[in-house]
Amino acid sequence: MKTPGKKYGSFIALITLLALLVGVPGYMSSYTVILITNILMYVVLTLSWAIFSGPTGYISLASAAFFGTGVYASALLSSSLPLPVVIVIGGATSFTLAFLVGSLTLRLKGMYFTMFTFGLVELVRNSLHWWEVNMTGTVGRLIITADNTTIFYAMVGIFMSVLLVSYLIKRSRFGLALQGIGESEEAAAHSGVNVTRVKAVTFAVSAFFMGAAGATMSMRWTYIDPTTAFSIQFSFMPVLMAIFGGTGHLYAPIAGATVFSLLEELLTTKFPYYYMLIFGLIMLAVIRFMPRGLEGVIEKWRKSVETGSSVKT
Amino acid sequence: MEEKCGDGIFGENMKILEAERLTKHFGGLAAASGVDLDVKEGEILGLIGPNGAGKTTLFNLLSGALPPDLGVIRFKGQDIAGLKPHQITRRGIARTFQSVKIFSRMSVVDHVRLGYLFGRIETGGGDEADREVEEILEFVGLASVRNARGGDLILANQKRLEVARALATRPALLLLDELMAGLTPTEMAEAMELVKKIGERGVTIVMIEHVMKAILSICDRIIVLNQGMKIAEGTPEEIAGNKTVIEVYLGE
Repeated sequence: MKTPGKKYGSFIALITLLALLVGVPGYMSSYTVILITNILMYVVLTLSWAIFSGPTGYISLASAAFFGTGVYASALLSSSLPLPVVIVIGGATSFTLAFLVGSLTLRLKGMYFTMFTFGLVELVRNSLHWWEVNMTGTVGRLIITADNTTIFYAMVGIFMSVLLVSYLIKRSRFGLALQGIGESEEAAAHSGVNVTRVKAVTFAVSAFFMGAAGATMSMRWTYIDPTTAFSIQFSFMPVLMAIFGGTGHLYAPIAGATVFSLLEELLTTKFPYYYMLIFGLIMLAVIRFMPRGLEGVIEKWRKSVETGSSVKT
Repeated sequence: MEEKCGDGIFGENMKILEAERLTKHFGGLAAASGVDLDVKEGEILGLIGPNGAGKTTLFNLLSGALPPDLGVIRFKGQDIAGLKPHQITRRGIARTFQSVKIFSRMSVVDHVRLGYLFGRIETGGGDEADREVEEILEFVGLASVRNARGGDLILANQKRLEVARALATRPALLLLDELMAGLTPTEMAEAMELVKKIGERGVTIVMIEHVMKAILSICDRIIVLNQGMKIAEGTPEEIAGNKTVIEVYLGE
């Protein structure tokens, strides 16, 4: 149970974070703005991933499919429509794709579902590739870009929305149903939960934000083709970041994605040849020594502080 | 409490559930073959039979966990065969599981809330929901552990929790799958008391049970299954003296 004080604390932390973010383009270099945009993109992907996979335990590797769909929606529309509309359409397209795919495949469990989502990325990517080669005659396209500051603010907006939606879902009856599904799908169904629909809708909601993030990042990249837009790293990174951070509390995926992408930035610039190797070692160490991720460490520390202070009083 | 009537005077309209020729095969195995089953409104019906007789399969068919290969299931006069579990739950059939399926990391009160919020066609607002959830927790005797997580309860309480979650869906018919299994004699007596109390609330009950003492003392009527077929049906006294039943049980 959350105490009011704790809730108040997270609220203040959130406002502070928002204020800091809004100020970033004013006092930071453009390198930092781009770096933070990039981090926010991973935070959004990880948070959205955790909306569905956190409570249900279904490991989805479809993030790249939804992200890439957003990228391409934006590539096709950004010259003719204003940015917010493009972002919403990018999200809505991914939402629709996820809902259709989810309704058909969320009966699959465990490894089978994971394998299917992995295949989905390839399917969408190759279909687009085929379409580009056979229909439009070009592979890849240039995008009319928005400036970096605009893209940054768009990403902050998406981050705040996904955070708000995650919070509302967690608190709602929908969140209760998701938790039940994660623990025992059978028991949830026999308690009246329309398991298939709840899963498909949640999967789609999480895809919406991935698509929105893709639509935004597409403008930052200027040139895109199916290989970059649907890069499988957009599927694996959110999973790794969620493992690294945890999924039990809302701060956990945020912390995981932030630390992880900073680490990636640091390693690629300092050790360009060995960074994948070092990355792998760090991941192994995390799984070995922090099985519940950063969250596990933080919650343990919190508990010890709480019991410590209650002993004193 | 109303006095229970004898079998003979129940009319057709008193049947809450009618199943005809229910059949389910798993490969070559007939888990249910042509089972006819009538459940009368307000009764406590016992379902017994040796292991593998098809008792749980019958529950799975009635609750929508499995679609029947053949047969009709009418609940309150409406055909429900082929409906999904959540649809059947909302129409008023709730169940518990042979091996408890509680949500181990969810609080006790949230289990009941989940059943209340999803298992009914109409749900009341916040205050009404809270009141009814509390009432159910009191009724099954879990009010004192309302904030504990499902996984931290002892088995007897996990079984109560399954019952509470099922009751929260406001069932007209409750299917109890081996509620007594694994309980100590004291806990078993409490469980029997609970089943009687649920029956007194007007909920019709079908219970699968191996504990004969429980079955004979609680049930109004008993059906015996063997190898997917109904082999006997009658009052506890009739069943206790039935030759076929004794053969099936002792011959195994």
